[in-house]
Amino acid sequence: MAWFRKERKPRQPRREKLEIPRDTWVKCEACGHTDIRDSFERNLNVCPNCDYHRRVRASDYLSILLDEDTIDETETELRSTDPLNFPDYPARLKKSITNAGDQDAVITATGRLAGMPLNVGAMDFAFMGGSMGSVVGEKLSRLGQHSLEKKFPLVIISASGGARMQEGVLSLMQMAKVSAMLSMLAERRIPYISVLTNPTTGGVSASYAMLGDAIIAEPGAVIGFAGPRVIKSTIGQDLPDGFQTAEFLLEHGMLDAVVHRHELKATVGRLLRHMTGKPAATGWSAA
Amino acid sequence: MATAAALDFEKPIAELEQRIDDLKRLAGDASYGVALEIEPLEKRLTELRREIYKQLTPLQRVEVARFKLRPFTQDYLDRIFTDFIELHGDRAFREDAAIVGGWARLEGETVMVIGHQRGRDTKDNLKRNFAMPHPEGYRKALRLMKLAEKFHVPVLTFIDTPGAWPGLGAEERGQSEAIARNIFEMSQLGVPIIATVIGEGGSGGALALGVADRVLMLENAVYSVISVEGCAAILWKDNKSIESKERAAKALRITAPDLVELRVIDEIVPEPEGGAHTNHDLAAATLKSTLIRLLDDLRGLRPEKLVRRRREKFLRMGQYIG
Repeated sequence: MAWFRKERKPRQPRREKLEIPRDTWVKCEACGHTDIRDSFERNLNVCPNCDYHRRVRASDYLSILLDEDTIDETETELRSTDPLNFPDYPARLKKSITNAGDQDAVITATGRLAGMPLNVGAMDFAFMGGSMGSVVGEKLSRLGQHSLEKKFPLVIISASGGARMQEGVLSLMQMAKVSAMLSMLAERRIPYISVLTNPTTGGVSASYAMLGDAIIAEPGAVIGFAGPRVIKSTIGQDLPDGFQTAEFLLEHGMLDAVVHRHELKATVGRLLRHMTGKPAATGWSAA
Repeated sequence: MATAAALDFEKPIAELEQRIDDLKRLAGDASYGVALEIEPLEKRLTELRREIYKQLTPLQRVEVARFKLRPFTQDYLDRIFTDFIELHGDRAFREDAAIVGGWARLEGETVMVIGHQRGRDTKDNLKRNFAMPHPEGYRKALRLMKLAEKFHVPVLTFIDTPGAWPGLGAEERGQSEAIARNIFEMSQLGVPIIATVIGEGGSGGALALGVADRVLMLENAVYSVISVEGCAAILWKDNKSIESKERAAKALRITAPDLVELRVIDEIVPEPEGGAHTNHDLAAATLKSTLIRLLDDLRGLRPEKLVRRRREKFLRMGQYIG
């Protein structure tokens, strides 16, 4: 066994190690494909290998949907309070504001899509799981009021685990509040498109997310009323593959379409043009 | 009358009731002798009920709200209304017995009554699915509401559910959509709607019958975004111990006085001393007179005004800074 005994000296690196920033490489959560961050980002954070739609922030959706330099954020001054004196809620809010920003779980904005004026609400899962409390309800309701006044179509991009427990029954009432606003839009025939992203569950899915004149979802998004764990414990068996995914909902007639993130802007634009009696977009403006 | 079952904190009441019953039975026909003995005991019973119910904790209120001897929708239907004719089915998939509804008369005037229906025993609960509706239950409810609107008839709903059913079929058939649709349609229904939480108001499954011109709660009813068990499990990973559930019940602010303070409900309907389960007739009579009074206020309003005010009411809800 002599050949095992030979002692090796550690090899000296031939050149200085390159300083690579820690977050240069990104690994796809679904297929494990690793690529530089830039190539994920240029692909709107869709995995270049398997098409998995990675979670992106609310502000990213605004840039995906709206024309450059047209985004005007609204109602930025609204802040959550602690109406119930709920245990640890102020601390959790503080932490979320530090980590995710102070816009709470939804950003609302006015902008243009291929030149068409539009109001967009984009939920932010990074802020307390996109949970809907009084601020989310009020921001969306004010955005809707603005749509009513200006006759701007409304788009809401949902990403939420549901109502925010820490504001108790007031969160539950936000479902009624936003739905009341939507019924006013419907009465005036102002189009509302609902975009569902991963995940859209609970009180959000059981209110405005499911009330769009068109309801579209990103591929693979988990969408449902009850969370998979709750259902599993109710029925006491494993859930079928693909249960509660966007594709599952499409098959069961709950969605109009599953749309790739690359096609999101164009699809929303085409739907709105149909619903507002505008001719089809041509040339570059088709987005 | 001694009740066969009592809630834990009602033990002293049950014991006293038992003693009074025993005395009465012993006396038989010769009741003249014991009357003097019974009278102070019955007085004590009333006081005891008042004392115990005056200081119910939020978790004890949850227990009262869920108590199997409490009056359910059908019990109120029998006592408040006449000429009830039940309507079944959503015309799309099937009948869901977790929600009952149909035409009825309140003091002779036609109304549409819709409510969650609990079961009193196991067999009944299986039929009613523990008052946890599937989408078809909500769609039946909506069908009846639209029917009421068509014939200019007010809608009275009774809320009493742990929540919408979380199961495979319910998800497949669009539980979210069914609840969302009801909330949406109720905010533009052109007839008066009064919703009463008679027992447990469990989250979205309750709100799907709860968008109304007037929202009432019985004194010991609860209304919450999540069950106390669910909340306790999330916060303290413990949905079993009394302490943890008690903390959750307190934190969530789910009792009727809490909801008045949060401006979510309009009025509390008083219950008989010792809870609605002690006297179904009296509980129903109080609710009946409240419904008649509130309906009188709403009947004269034009549909547009009704809808506008209802929307404004819900658009005001919530608390925030800025």
